[in-house]
Amino acid sequence: MKLKLNEISKSFGPVKANSDINLTVNRGEILGLLGENGAGKTTLMNILTGLYKPDSGSILIDNQLKVFHNPREANKNGVGMVHQHFMLVPVFSVTENIILGTEPTTTFNKIDLTNAKEKVLKISSEYNLDVDPNQLIEKLPVGIQQRVEIIKILFRDAEILIFDEPTAVLTPQEVVEFFEIIKNLKKAGKAIIFITHKLHEVLEVCDRINVLRSGKIVGEELPKKTTNKKLAELMVGRKVNLKTNRQIVEKGEVLLEVNNLSILSENKEPLLSNLDVKLHKNEILGIAGVQGNGQTEFIEALTGLRKISSGKISYFGKECKNFSPRKIHQLGVRHIPEDRQKQGLIGDFSLTENIILNTYYEKKFSNNIALNWSNAKKEAKRIIEKFDVRTNSEEISADKLSGGNQQKLLIGREMSRSINLLIASQPTRGVDVGSIEYIHNQIVMARNKGIGVLLNSTELDEIIALSDRIIVFYEGRVIAEFPSNADPNIIGLAMAGVN
Amino acid sequence: MKFFIYLSNYFSNRETIQEIFLIPVIATLLAIFLGLLLLIVSGSSTQIALTALVALFTGSFGSLSAISETFTAATPLIFAALGIAVGFRAGLFNIGAEGQIILGGMAAVVIGFSFQLPFAIHLIIILLSGALFGAFYAFIAGWLKATTGAHEVITTIMLNLIAYRLLDFFLRMPAIQKEGRNDPISKSIFETAELPRILYLLDPNLRVHMGFLIAIVAVFFVYWLIFHTTIGYEFRAVGKSVEASKYGGINPAITIVLAMSIAGLLAGLAGACQIAGVLGRATPGFSAGIGFDAIAVALLGRAHPIGVLFAGILFGALIAGGRAMQVSANVSLDLITVIQALIIIFIAAPILIRKLFPWIFK
Repeated sequence: MKLKLNEISKSFGPVKANSDINLTVNRGEILGLLGENGAGKTTLMNILTGLYKPDSGSILIDNQLKVFHNPREANKNGVGMVHQHFMLVPVFSVTENIILGTEPTTTFNKIDLTNAKEKVLKISSEYNLDVDPNQLIEKLPVGIQQRVEIIKILFRDAEILIFDEPTAVLTPQEVVEFFEIIKNLKKAGKAIIFITHKLHEVLEVCDRINVLRSGKIVGEELPKKTTNKKLAELMVGRKVNLKTNRQIVEKGEVLLEVNNLSILSENKEPLLSNLDVKLHKNEILGIAGVQGNGQTEFIEALTGLRKISSGKISYFGKECKNFSPRKIHQLGVRHIPEDRQKQGLIGDFSLTENIILNTYYEKKFSNNIALNWSNAKKEAKRIIEKFDVRTNSEEISADKLSGGNQQKLLIGREMSRSINLLIASQPTRGVDVGSIEYIHNQIVMARNKGIGVLLNSTELDEIIALSDRIIVFYEGRVIAEFPSNADPNIIGLAMAGVN
Repeated sequence: MKFFIYLSNYFSNRETIQEIFLIPVIATLLAIFLGLLLLIVSGSSTQIALTALVALFTGSFGSLSAISETFTAATPLIFAALGIAVGFRAGLFNIGAEGQIILGGMAAVVIGFSFQLPFAIHLIIILLSGALFGAFYAFIAGWLKATTGAHEVITTIMLNLIAYRLLDFFLRMPAIQKEGRNDPISKSIFETAELPRILYLLDPNLRVHMGFLIAIVAVFFVYWLIFHTTIGYEFRAVGKSVEASKYGGINPAITIVLAMSIAGLLAGLAGACQIAGVLGRATPGFSAGIGFDAIAVALLGRAHPIGVLFAGILFGALIAGGRAMQVSANVSLDLITVIQALIIIFIAAPILIRKLFPWIFK
């Protein structure tokens, strides 16, 4: 099937999310749709899958005009989408999830599971999507869950497949497998739209690349004739420096020492076992690993948000027993939490109110009873200015900022005060390319100035680009340590538990 | 539970002027209109409905004595609703104002009749004791939530029920019950413990008392507390995001207990003011559902102290006007309850109002 979008426009109030977008995908073709957060990718896909109605423009499938009033109609016309966050019921089996919403039935409305299973098996062998139809979703790794999502749309006879940031949650090995899968789908004649902001991925698998910026298609490129740099510039709209300048600096004394640290969950299962980690002055220590291998718990323990079961955490040569987050903050340890919207910022609070989130009690902002809003405001203005947060007022609420600006605000808050050690968790998740460049530079500058940085990221590229030393977390243990120039493939294997 | 979380979040968000001001006003007018329509549908003549409408207005704002009655009724509502607003800000849905009022009132009665003290001192002590007992009663719910995670909606409802029975028991105790009475009624408080009537010199029958002035002071105090103190900042941070406040070094458990106690303190003051300003003694139904009306007032006022002040006066006006309506149009006071309920429904469904009057919100 061939899909053609013709002059699609969509506005939300004064904001033009999509303006005059033209786009075609042919049978047996992978179209890469590249764009930063807020470029309009999601809006465009929501129009294509029937969630939004376009203000103007049309959707043509095989040269026939189509109007989708809801996702079900889009489905019926062969359009299927694999969302970034999977829409699966964890306690249902693979087959039950796949048939959800289109359950085949026998007499008396009984669900025909046997037939469904057969069809699932048929699809999975046809497209090399190996999966056990009886397994429960919650028991499956993320890569396999994604396969279930793919089978789900194939089960509904999708011919036009949309993948929204499909590699965001996968390990490097799973990414390789995923690329095999979409190449197979392409061979089978499907039309595929692959949405991402990762440049090397579109270069690797796509036949054509469309770049979206501020709601417009700003360029169409062919992978063979374009470069990383060119695509990044199209995406951001200006020159970008993708390499971080990381001069060699001699590492200094130990700032953080973790000895034999273990943490048990509430049901006494080990979350972290016997961890030994050292972080030095002038060093960026990267924590690589697939999400959910104990990194979050490790950082919570380091920042006083989680009680440890045994072992020792020492900052600057002194053991910190059951220190509260405030006490650790007062040592000069700054924390950029992995979920800025849930933990680092309060969405409903103004930027000023957010700026004092972990210092509101200090002399500068409070006399122990009343807050000093004028000082807080000054501080907010200073950080907004210094860290290039794009906003027209410090009184708007934080959730009105884009992801990149939220992160800059947070990083500004943490890095503008006396700082000895930085714990940065997923500092660039969901952040646009321009801001990534800025944030990376800030982190490297901090390290050059003599600060120790603990960098936790599921983006292996980021870890490799920034770290002086890399440790790999797997099932609550550090299973490997690498120097900064190690082979990404070997690190990738360690992330999958192969040592 | 989802619904409560939704409500408490909804009413403390940053909003535009139209939402803060227009929606409550439209909701009120619409509710009064529907209330009168109900009157006509249920068989009253248009004449009666119109008389009722006029009585509603003249009985609440039409004369000095009407205004006095409105403010008298508004006073305990403002106190208790301020407490509920503080709870909202900290993410707590305090259904227990009723129980806290009862406890505060009981303490006030005991202090009021037990001994005679110089006028000002007695007054201060009677109010303080009411505040303290209200705070203690709410503290129980806060403490349960902080230590065991028990939801405050459940615990405060249960504490309300306990408070009712406690009051029944209390009023039959020989030390409390009025001498020579068989029905449950307490002794009357001494005159030194009474809140003076503000307009006494104009007309001794004007009931509005000093409690109303104290309530206005409380409005500004709570405003300052919520928006200009470190404690208020902690309340709002915990109310918005427990995760983020932990990250910021705030102890959510302590904050919850403190917010709940302050809520109870204000509700306790409401109870003490009723005793010392209006009733002079306690009877089984002396709390009169003020604690529940106060929830509506806090919602209508969008958990903002200034909003609570106006919403409290509006509800006071409905009560005072309702009584006048009952007298002059012979319409049941229950109609006021219906109107109050309708107001809350419209407030809780702002989209409905937007859909009904799209041209106003353009």
